[in-house]
Amino acid sequence: MAQLTPARTDRTKVRWWRGAVLGIAAVYFVVPLAAAGYFSIDDPQGYSLEAYTGLLSAPGFLDSLWLTLGLAVVTVLVLLLLLVPALIAVRLGAPKLRPVIDVLCTLPLVVPPVALTAGLIGVLRWGPDYLMDTPFFQTFVFVQDPDFPVVLVIAYVLMGLPLAYRALDAGLRAVDVRTLVEAARNCGASWPRAVFTVVLPNLRGALLNASFLTLALVLGEFTAASILGYQPFPVWIYTVGNSQAHMSVAVSILSLLITWLLLLLLATLGRERHAKTTS
Amino acid sequence: MTTAPTPVPTSPAATDLGGGAGASRTATTTTPTPRRRPLARLGGASWLATVPLLLFFLIGFGLPAVAIVIGAFTTSTDAEGGGGQFTFDNVTASVQGAYWTAMLSSLKLSALTALLATLIGLPIAQAVVTSRHTWLRQAVLTASGVLANFGGLPLAFAFVATLGNAGEVTKLLNLTDHGWSLYSFTGLTIVYLYFLIPLMVLTITPALDGLRVQWREAAQNNRATTAQYWRHVALPILLPSLLGGFVLLFGSAFAAYATAAAMVGATVPLVSRSIADALSGNVLVGQGNLALALSLNMIVVAVLVMAVYLPLQRRSARWLS
Repeated sequence: MAQLTPARTDRTKVRWWRGAVLGIAAVYFVVPLAAAGYFSIDDPQGYSLEAYTGLLSAPGFLDSLWLTLGLAVVTVLVLLLLLVPALIAVRLGAPKLRPVIDVLCTLPLVVPPVALTAGLIGVLRWGPDYLMDTPFFQTFVFVQDPDFPVVLVIAYVLMGLPLAYRALDAGLRAVDVRTLVEAARNCGASWPRAVFTVVLPNLRGALLNASFLTLALVLGEFTAASILGYQPFPVWIYTVGNSQAHMSVAVSILSLLITWLLLLLLATLGRERHAKTTS
Repeated sequence: MTTAPTPVPTSPAATDLGGGAGASRTATTTTPTPRRRPLARLGGASWLATVPLLLFFLIGFGLPAVAIVIGAFTTSTDAEGGGGQFTFDNVTASVQGAYWTAMLSSLKLSALTALLATLIGLPIAQAVVTSRHTWLRQAVLTASGVLANFGGLPLAFAFVATLGNAGEVTKLLNLTDHGWSLYSFTGLTIVYLYFLIPLMVLTITPALDGLRVQWREAAQNNRATTAQYWRHVALPILLPSLLGGFVLLFGSAFAAYATAAAMVGATVPLVSRSIADALSGNVLVGQGNLALALSLNMIVVAVLVMAVYLPLQRRSARWLS
């Protein structure tokens, strides 16, 4: 019995310590958000929601938002189209390529976005010099089209590659793709049918995970776009910040809320799938 | 959800194949031959599906990488006298003067913020892991997920609104009179911690979860104090994870650009900002290749970081699986 008493005091001590740590952390993390929220409605004459209501009519707001959403959708599609077939194939018939894919998809982590952008600019500078009279020149022009800069999609796909790869790889690890395909094929399913109706539905959580992570990345990416001179949403926020501080803070809060919603959605969808498979 | 009468195509497939997977796995041990055949048939052509990814990587990643290496060692095409000649000038210039100061300042900021975030993140993660309230754990981890992704511009603007010259907390506490400035090394440190601490919590939580209760009980049964338990049992096991987390945070602080760009301007020199300046020709014309040399330096640092991180991650996985 002698041992029980110190154990109990130990536990209350631990609980007190835990409360203090979490309390301080909560203050540090909530105060900037609260202050930013207050700042965005703070007005010399009291309170005003002008920073939020004026958003839609602000010049460039909708254009940059559409550009960002378009870039995000294309980036997600390209990433999935590149990764999903490759990863399924590696599981099914080319296990020797697996370490190669693993290294390739981790490599972009080593290159900071600024350096990647510098490299892309370096490549774009080659274009006009060496390839003026070839069809390649058209490619360089097309890639830099200000209405839809493909070069940004390339940059985003590379930045999203490690994230999406991790998510998809984790999803594939949880299901036995070989057996699934085999079972479907033995039941007479064609190849596309086996992949689309059997493998992909089982990867739903992983596909969503990869898509949301990429989406969040593109919605917040500033470095490449600003250095390359395009104006998607984050760059627009930056430009607005120089003249209208209140509006930039308001948009910052909105973008945080959007990220939060995306992650919550992701968590709910993941949980739903989990519940379904266990039931 | 369970009462929904409409069977979504996924659910029958999932349950059905879940059973099928187990069944065929037991079958393979007895009769392996019928299992091999259909896969061998597709084996020959399946690598074709990896070709688009490999091609994209070769063009999208390979070309910029080549451009950085070639550019770092040749003269700029937009400089006087044409370009393309082999030179060490860019590389030597990139480790001298203001550029070297920026590099050192970046390294110092990343190391300091990563260290602080490791030291602060550990107790927070431990508090969450040992808590009996699952909602608390869920809330903290979700919030960490959001805040760890809350880098870049929104973060900078939120802090400007809080602790900037006209920020709410600055006004409330008259911080300017006490010599406070957000646009300084200290200010930047506080801002970076805002996304690095949550990142640390996310990184270290699985490792803390991996600490078995039995180890602690065994230590207690041997009359070890809490301090002794941490000193001799928990920390040695956690060390690879902690170091790995530190290195990860270092890398992400080192690569960050947007926050600093939106906040401090030129008051705190950082290597990511000097690359952007050199690229846009803000400083001098004809320095495009100097930017590439600076990028090369950055990549060298990041490669070293990864070279430390990956083995550590593998090592911590061995204990805590």
